[in-house]
Amino acid sequence: MGLFGSFSRDKKERLDQGLSKTKESVLKKLTRVVVGKSKVDDDVLDELEEVLITSDVGVDTTLKIIERIEKRVAKDKFINASELDKILKEEITALLAENALNSSADFEIPQQSKPYVIMVVGVNGVGKTTTIGKLAHKFKSSGKKVVLGAGDTFRAAAIDQLEIWAQRVDVPLIKQKMGSDPASVAYDALSSAKATDADVVIIDTAGRLHNKINLMNELTKIKNVMQKVVPDAPHEILLVLDGSTGQNAFEQAKQFTLATEVNALAITKLDGTAKGGVVIGVSDQFKVPVKYIGIGEGMDDLQPFNREAFVDSLFGN
Amino acid sequence: MFENLSERLERSFKILKGQGTITEINVAETLKDIRRALLDADVNFKTAKTFTETVKDEALGQNVLTAVKPQQMMVKIVHDELTKLMGGSSTDINLDGKPAVILIAGLQGSGKTTFTGKLANLLKSKRSKNPLLVAGDVYRPAAINQLQVLGEQIGVPVYTEEGSKDPVKIAKDAIKQAKQNGNDLVIVDTAGRLAVDEEMMKEITAIKNAVKPHEILFVVDSMTGQDAVNTAKEFNDRLDFDGVVLTKLDGDTRGGAALSIRSVVNKPIKFVGTGEKMDALDVFHPNRMADRILGMGDIVSLVERAQEQFDAEEAQKLQKKIAKNQFSFNDFLSQIQQIKKMGSLKDLAGMIPGMGKAIKDMDFDDDAFKEVEAIIYSMTPDERENPAILNGSRRKRIAAGSGSSIQEVNRLIKQFEDTRKVMKMMGKGKNLSKMMANLPMGGR
Ligand SMILES: Nc1nc2c(ncn2[C@@H]2O[C@H](COP(=O)(O)OP(=O)(O)OP(=O)(O)O)[C@@H](O)[C@H]2O)c(=O)[nH]1
Ligand SMILES: Nc1nc2c(ncn2[C@@H]2O[C@H](COP(=O)(O)OP(=O)(O)O)[C@@H](O)[C@H]2O)c(=O)[nH]1
Ligand SMILES: [Mg+2]
Ligand SMILES: [Mg+2]
Repeated sequence: MGLFGSFSRDKKERLDQGLSKTKESVLKKLTRVVVGKSKVDDDVLDELEEVLITSDVGVDTTLKIIERIEKRVAKDKFINASELDKILKEEITALLAENALNSSADFEIPQQSKPYVIMVVGVNGVGKTTTIGKLAHKFKSSGKKVVLGAGDTFRAAAIDQLEIWAQRVDVPLIKQKMGSDPASVAYDALSSAKATDADVVIIDTAGRLHNKINLMNELTKIKNVMQKVVPDAPHEILLVLDGSTGQNAFEQAKQFTLATEVNALAITKLDGTAKGGVVIGVSDQFKVPVKYIGIGEGMDDLQPFNREAFVDSLFGN
Repeated sequence: MFENLSERLERSFKILKGQGTITEINVAETLKDIRRALLDADVNFKTAKTFTETVKDEALGQNVLTAVKPQQMMVKIVHDELTKLMGGSSTDINLDGKPAVILIAGLQGSGKTTFTGKLANLLKSKRSKNPLLVAGDVYRPAAINQLQVLGEQIGVPVYTEEGSKDPVKIAKDAIKQAKQNGNDLVIVDTAGRLAVDEEMMKEITAIKNAVKPHEILFVVDSMTGQDAVNTAKEFNDRLDFDGVVLTKLDGDTRGGAALSIRSVVNKPIKFVGTGEKMDALDVFHPNRMADRILGMGDIVSLVERAQEQFDAEEAQKLQKKIAKNQFSFNDFLSQIQQIKKMGSLKDLAGMIPGMGKAIKDMDFDDDAFKEVEAIIYSMTPDERENPAILNGSRRKRIAAGSGSSIQEVNRLIKQFEDTRKVMKMMGKGKNLSKMMANLPMGGR
């Protein structure tokens, strides 16, 4: 039992328990054990620990959640089933930074910045380009004029990939040759957006691992060059995290934030079996809100992030 | 970075020292630490549990209670168990067919297409194979172009059927063509798919049944968390794959997924991807992976990281400049910045076994370069490029601008000029690139 109890229970007993357990029953089980008690005991914590850890929430954040629950339970005493459910979800939801703009629900963009510049960053293969295609589609559908910039000039056919998306959603793409300077592409894209009076411009970047110093410096440079065209650009730096990533997401968030002041997160591939729980700790630690979730490969498969729904999904309902 | 296991164990065993004996409960405390290290490394919840049980049995059996340094003994047991679990059985790939057919499978974005190129490149150069690549991802935008570009880079033909939406047929046709053209190896790239996508999982099963691959490789991102087991199990149930490829190990992930996958499907890890370029492929070393998961010192990866950060091209540019005596304050500044950005000096040193603790209490002076930078920043662009124009009045201005004394400015300029001379001399000896290898630069 893990992190909280001792290792006294018999191996076989635990194995049996593991086999008979389904995700759906976790909350019920939790409630059954806790009802009428003024203290959450080890059994409950073990259950909770398993749910959270297997959702990639991570040990530190799990401990934090459990601490919060214990405090609440100690204070409120004698809680019943539905109350525990509520408290649990409230406490986890509270760790997820609130979206300051509070406008992602209908893919709005702030009026005062035109063009509104979004720069999309993240490690390799997380879904940056796809997310850009989906975002372009959402903005365009809500009547916005969109320009895309093919800032991934490194990966094979990355420009073609974004070009196909641009055609799909019917928005202009600003690009240069493979191997050209991404900062220069960003410059062109912003200039074009300004000249054509576009509402929003989204810049793709090559996937890069956050421990490669030169590649992280390149992002800072792209950002600085943008400011020559639009002084307060980029307004949004969207860090894309793959929903199946484990604890390394912390390091990703840390390094990308250091290099570029990330102010929004997108979490992709949540249509799979991965829960994306690491984002709770990331959002809490770096105070960055999750704005979008990706739930498929099609252009409609992007949703605004909903904290309550996300927490619900951790418990399998 | 998470605290590493050896540090953690050192802490928990300190308590023991005062007590003189180790009881079951004390061991339990240590096992908790081990388990936590595994979870921090993304080892699956259940795998971590079972693994800790194994370690416990092993530890008690070996009479840890009387060991001189129990913490080291525990680390060794954990390390050996990890290595044992991830290693074993032969890990070569089966190239026996005529042509040999290799099928690549995995989730979206895991690195399949890149690996397809890398594997062809490796087998072409090291085993004199004549490969044909097959563009079997008919869904992702520009997935076919991507493979074509890679094929061109490594000089290997790529079979495509423009406009086709039938990867089963494409794969079969490709093998026909390989036979005609005398390709003795066919590697089939496929679209990324989720294990829960029934239709897509049926598709890859159909490809398998149609081409009867001699080798099926499951490609997985080393940053994957707890879900690695579900995905690996599902793909294995469907495809009964022969081996695993772990990608993006050039990152700083602990890579616990490797252990989880190994423990649920019991298939060997055959290759690891260590970069985006076509030669960034390595065979799997269970020993290094064990070190990595535990976050223990690993000299090998320390060395590799230093090499990784070194960009040969940039160094060459610099070398030319030096030879022409054009090395400027700007170059100097960027060198300083590179060293600083490494930022992880502490981290890096921490990779040396035994250094972790020593370094923790040491004060690494991040401001060591502050003064130098301030002086250089107070120079005009012209002055930075042509230090020769730095006369007395300019030096005075710089001193005032940077808040340093004129002596300090003079000293830096003198130092810079001396360095430049030395560099020029060394540049002739062509040993510079070796020297520069110690300076962090960073590339893909
Ligand atoms: N199932 C699923 N797949 C996704 C989602 N988002 C992206 N993908 C897929 O993940 C793969 C990688 O996506 P890309 O958009 O190319 O990722 P990227 O971050 O731009 O990749 P690089 O530029 O190569 O670093 C593609 O196969 C996408 O179709 C999602 O929400 N769900
Ligand atoms: N740093 C690094 N990037 C990699 C590695 N393998 C693949 N990539 C990158 O990961 C991204 C996705 O790879 P790709 O081969 O397109 O994945 P696929 O969708 O599975 O075919 C690309 O940006 C690749 O350049 C690796 O070992 N290290
Ligand atoms: Mg991309
Ligand atoms: Mg691919």
